[in-house]
Amino acid sequence: MSGFLTELTSLLTQYNLIFLLKGMATTFALSALGCILGGLFGTALAVARLTTGPLTLPLRALALVFTEFFRRVPFLVTLMLCFFVFQFSGLDVSTFTVGCVTVVLIGTAFLAEIVRAGLQSVHPNQWHAAETMNFTLLQTIRYVVLPQAWTVILPPAFGFFILFIKDSALASQIGVVELTYVGKVFNNRGFSAGLSFGVILVAYFMLSYPLSRLGAKLEKKLASSRTR
Amino acid sequence: MPHLELDNISAAYGKLRVLDGIDISVGSGETVGLIGPSGSGKSTILRVLTGLLKPEAGAVRVGGEEVNFDRPAEIRRLRDRAAIVFQQYNLFQNLTVLENVMIAPTKVRGRKPREVRPEAEHLLAKVGLADKMDSYPDQLSGGQQQRVAIARGLCLKPEILLLDEVTAALDPELVSEVLDTIRGLAEDGMTMLIVSHEMGFIREISARVAFMAEGKVVELGSPTQIFDAPEKERTRDFVGKILRH
Repeated sequence: MSGFLTELTSLLTQYNLIFLLKGMATTFALSALGCILGGLFGTALAVARLTTGPLTLPLRALALVFTEFFRRVPFLVTLMLCFFVFQFSGLDVSTFTVGCVTVVLIGTAFLAEIVRAGLQSVHPNQWHAAETMNFTLLQTIRYVVLPQAWTVILPPAFGFFILFIKDSALASQIGVVELTYVGKVFNNRGFSAGLSFGVILVAYFMLSYPLSRLGAKLEKKLASSRTR
Repeated sequence: MPHLELDNISAAYGKLRVLDGIDISVGSGETVGLIGPSGSGKSTILRVLTGLLKPEAGAVRVGGEEVNFDRPAEIRRLRDRAAIVFQQYNLFQNLTVLENVMIAPTKVRGRKPREVRPEAEHLLAKVGLADKMDSYPDQLSGGQQQRVAIARGLCLKPEILLLDEVTAALDPELVSEVLDTIRGLAEDGMTMLIVSHEMGFIREISARVAFMAEGKVVELGSPTQIFDAPEKERTRDFVGKILRH
C-alpha cells in the first residue's frame, strides 16, 4: 500500500498533472466536437432523409449512403482512412485535426440515425396536420415534431455520447495526445500499468459521469413536460 | 358558380384505385354530406382537397379557379382556402389549446400574436372552451379536443371547412357537443363538406347528400331523396341497413 502511495505521489507532479489535464482536454474536445457538430450535421442529414419529391432525391440518397457507410465502418478504420486521405491530399494538418474530422464523421452518422428514428417516432397524424396547415418541413420539425421527439432521441444520444468519449481513445493510434495516450506515456516512463491506467480510468469517469447525470436529468425533465 | 367543385376526380393509392370519376360541387355557404360504407373513398376526397393525395385525373376548382396539383404554390393556396378537421383531432400534443389554435396563423401565415390571440380566444369561447386555453390536449376529453381542432381550423379563416368523421372517435355522450358546434357553423354560412356516419346529423344539417360506394358517387340529392326515397338500389340497401340499426 505504501509502495502504491509512493508511486502515486511521484506520478502526481505538476508536469504530469498538466500533461494529464491536456490529455483530458483533448479527449473532451474530440468528444464535444463529435457530439456537437455530429449532432448538428446529423440532424441536417436526418431532415434530408425526410424530404420528399424527386428534386431532393440526390440529397436523400447521399444522406442514406453517408449514414449507412460510416455507421458500419469501425472507428479505427475511419480514423486510418482520414489519416491517409489527408496524407495523400498533401494537406499539412495535425493528427488532432484528423482525429476531429473522424469523430465528426462518425458522430454525424450515428446521431443522424438516432435523430431520424426520433423524428419518425412522432405519430404521422402530427405531420399530416402540420402539412395541411401549410407548415414547411422545417417548421413542422421545429414547432411540432422535435419537441415531441426529444424523449425518444435523448436516451440513445446520451448513451452514444458516453460511448463516444471512450471511443475517442482510438485517436491515440495516430498519435493524438489524448487520455489513453497519456496513460501509455506514464506507463512507458516506468509507472506501473495499474497506476497509469487507473489514473486514466478515473479521468474518463470524471468526463463521462457528469454527462450521464446531465442526460438522466434532461430525460427526467422532458418526461415530466409536455413532449410526448 | 359552385364554391368548391370536384370534376371527374380519380385517385389511387399505388395501384389501388380509390376514387373513380367523382363529381361533387358545394355552393357557397352550403353544407354537403358524404356518406357511404367504410372504404368507399369519402375520406380520400378530403385528402385530395387538402393536397395530401394528388388526383390522377379530373379537376378541383375553388371559386372557379382550377388547382394545379403539380405546383406546390397552388396546393398551398388550396390549403389556405380549405381547412380540414380530422377524425383523430391531430392536435399538437406539445402545445396548449391556445398555442394549437394560434401556431399556424402566427408561424405559418406570419401574423402578429397580439393580433391572432383575441381571435383565437374568441373562437375557443365560441366552441365552449374559454376555460381550457392553457390545458394540454391530453388533459381534455375527446369532444373537447375535437372542438379545439375545429377552432384551430377556423382560426385560419378558411373559406371551406372539411370535416372528416369528426365524431367517429368520440364516446356517444360527447358527440352532441361537437355536432352543436358544427350546426352553429352551418348557421353562420360556412361552406362545408362533411364526411360522417352520423346519419341523423347529416340529414339534418346537409343541403345535399352524396352517397358513395367503391370510389364512386352512387347518388347525390337532397337528404329527403337519399334517406327517404333513394333512386339507386345500392343507396336503398345502405340506407336500409343503417336505419335498421
